[in-house]
Amino acid sequence: MSATAIATFERRDLALSQRLGRRRRIASRAVTALCWAATALALLLLASILTTLVVRGAAGLSLHMLTTSTRAPGSNGGLLNAIVGSLIQTAIGTALGTPIGLMVGTYLAEYARGSALGNAVRFVSDILLSAPSILIGLFVYKLIVEPMGGFSGIAGGIALSIIVVPIVVRTTEDMLRLIPDTLREASIALGAPKWRTIVLICYRAALDGIMTGVLLAVARVAGETAPLLFTSLGNLTWSVGLTHPMASLPVTIYQYAGSAFDDWVQLGWTGALLITAGVLATNIVARLVIRRG
Amino acid sequence: MSITTLYAPGSAAGSAGADKAFALLARLCGLFVLVLLGAIILMLFIGGLPAFRHFGLSFLVSTDWDPVQMIYGAAVPVFGTVTTGVLALLVAVPLAFGVAYTLAELAPAWLRQPVGVAIELLAAVPSIIYGMWGFFVIVPIMGQTVEPWLTDHLGDAPVIGALFQGAPFGTGILTAALVLAVMIIPFVAATMRDVFATVPPMLKESAYGLGCTSWEVMRSITLPYTRSSVVGGIMLGLGRALGETMAVTFVIGNTNRLPSNLFGAGNTIASLVALEFPESQAGSLAMSSLLALGFILFVISFVVLAISRLMLRPRARTSPGLKRAIP
Repeated sequence: MSATAIATFERRDLALSQRLGRRRRIASRAVTALCWAATALALLLLASILTTLVVRGAAGLSLHMLTTSTRAPGSNGGLLNAIVGSLIQTAIGTALGTPIGLMVGTYLAEYARGSALGNAVRFVSDILLSAPSILIGLFVYKLIVEPMGGFSGIAGGIALSIIVVPIVVRTTEDMLRLIPDTLREASIALGAPKWRTIVLICYRAALDGIMTGVLLAVARVAGETAPLLFTSLGNLTWSVGLTHPMASLPVTIYQYAGSAFDDWVQLGWTGALLITAGVLATNIVARLVIRRG
Repeated sequence: MSITTLYAPGSAAGSAGADKAFALLARLCGLFVLVLLGAIILMLFIGGLPAFRHFGLSFLVSTDWDPVQMIYGAAVPVFGTVTTGVLALLVAVPLAFGVAYTLAELAPAWLRQPVGVAIELLAAVPSIIYGMWGFFVIVPIMGQTVEPWLTDHLGDAPVIGALFQGAPFGTGILTAALVLAVMIIPFVAATMRDVFATVPPMLKESAYGLGCTSWEVMRSITLPYTRSSVVGGIMLGLGRALGETMAVTFVIGNTNRLPSNLFGAGNTIASLVALEFPESQAGSLAMSSLLALGFILFVISFVVLAISRLMLRPRARTSPGLKRAIP
């Protein structure tokens, strides 16, 4: 084979590989472009939701709306009872759910590492984390509303607490696991019993993370509608009695947004703006807490 | 904190008791979670028992939901639940993959955090807001632009054409699936991004060293390495979509009829339960049928979520030092 033949061969080979390389680069760039487009679309959707809320909801923002209860259509009502009802039920849900979730997370991270029971608890808790919230509502309806003979604010709070538990479990366990065992060993070497090690050392070190979990849980349940439909039902008059039907922002929004009255629809959008602003602000605060830690 | 707070001298016996009590309390709370799940299943089943007894197996296949004649069946809502969930996945998975790939590999470091937070905020928006947004923003777009366009361009296609022939009302199965897709994108994307980050850098760097493009590394290294977790994340999204109530109720049209095309109105288990509940007397056959539907939804989501957790588990859960015994 002559030298020129080899040179031609190499040149052709080079051209081939260059063409192949170009095709591979083009494929890579095309996928990159599509992925950026998908991300842009997701951001655009978020922007669309937020602008819709602001454009339609801001017109109804007023002190009057915050200080007046819901009234019949056309009589200039507000959202006070819904806001207060939401605060009460979210507070009950958080107050009941947080200690249980904290202890379950502690059990998983400190007592049940690798045990069969611990794995089962973790598995079930993770399932509850994503279980349809409407079923929690049906469950509490059967468990509390039917035996008690009526819808009540406390039933709404209990339904929300069942949603709080698995969220707090997940963050508590994750955060406790991040704490180095040397900290625990140091505490034990000083003669501290295990429960004091957990409460005084582990909880303290994981406090920011646990707080984040609780805040995320608050943000999640504050916007829940479906479980409250079957438990606290909603109430168009002022009522803070825990054994009576209680209004909440999401349920009131649901009733108002689908109604045929302009002022109710307007209040529905204003309520939607309020609840979304509250939920997103809580989320952002939660993230700031964890970044500080 | 002083040593004495930790040690509490002179109370060794009491301390041992406290230690046991604390351990017991933690264990009881753990057991409580198991009992809770059992109680939810049991309560829904007991509540639905009269309906299961009265209708037998025909409850599952009957397409009726007729409060006047008191005939109830689960076929339409179950069909709607599964169809909207699967359609939502078809739309959401490619988009979620794009978002996850961008956040994990493509975006410059300074952009990852803000974009990541924005995507997570998308997941935090309450579902009723998605419903209102879907009804007032997406439904008009679907009815005026998207559905007529689909009918024009795909309506005559063989086999699938019939799916795109229908009155463009805007509400319906397709719109519900799209709103659900938007809702589950952030969940699936966040899971994918996290599992992509578990791929050892050495593997990817070796592939880059051989001259692979970034897409080839994703396709031939990252995706095969994380396959089971990626599927787990997708199933997690499906689990969310199946049980979603408020968003679907606003946009699906709420008709108890098997839709003949994608634009047709329908319902899902969750939307039917939410709408029919106020009309149903406590203890009536209608209420029992709703609880029976709830039981069916629980079984479906439990299976999907269980598969998801099992697939997500292996690599996510093992980290060194995890099994070190603590006295």
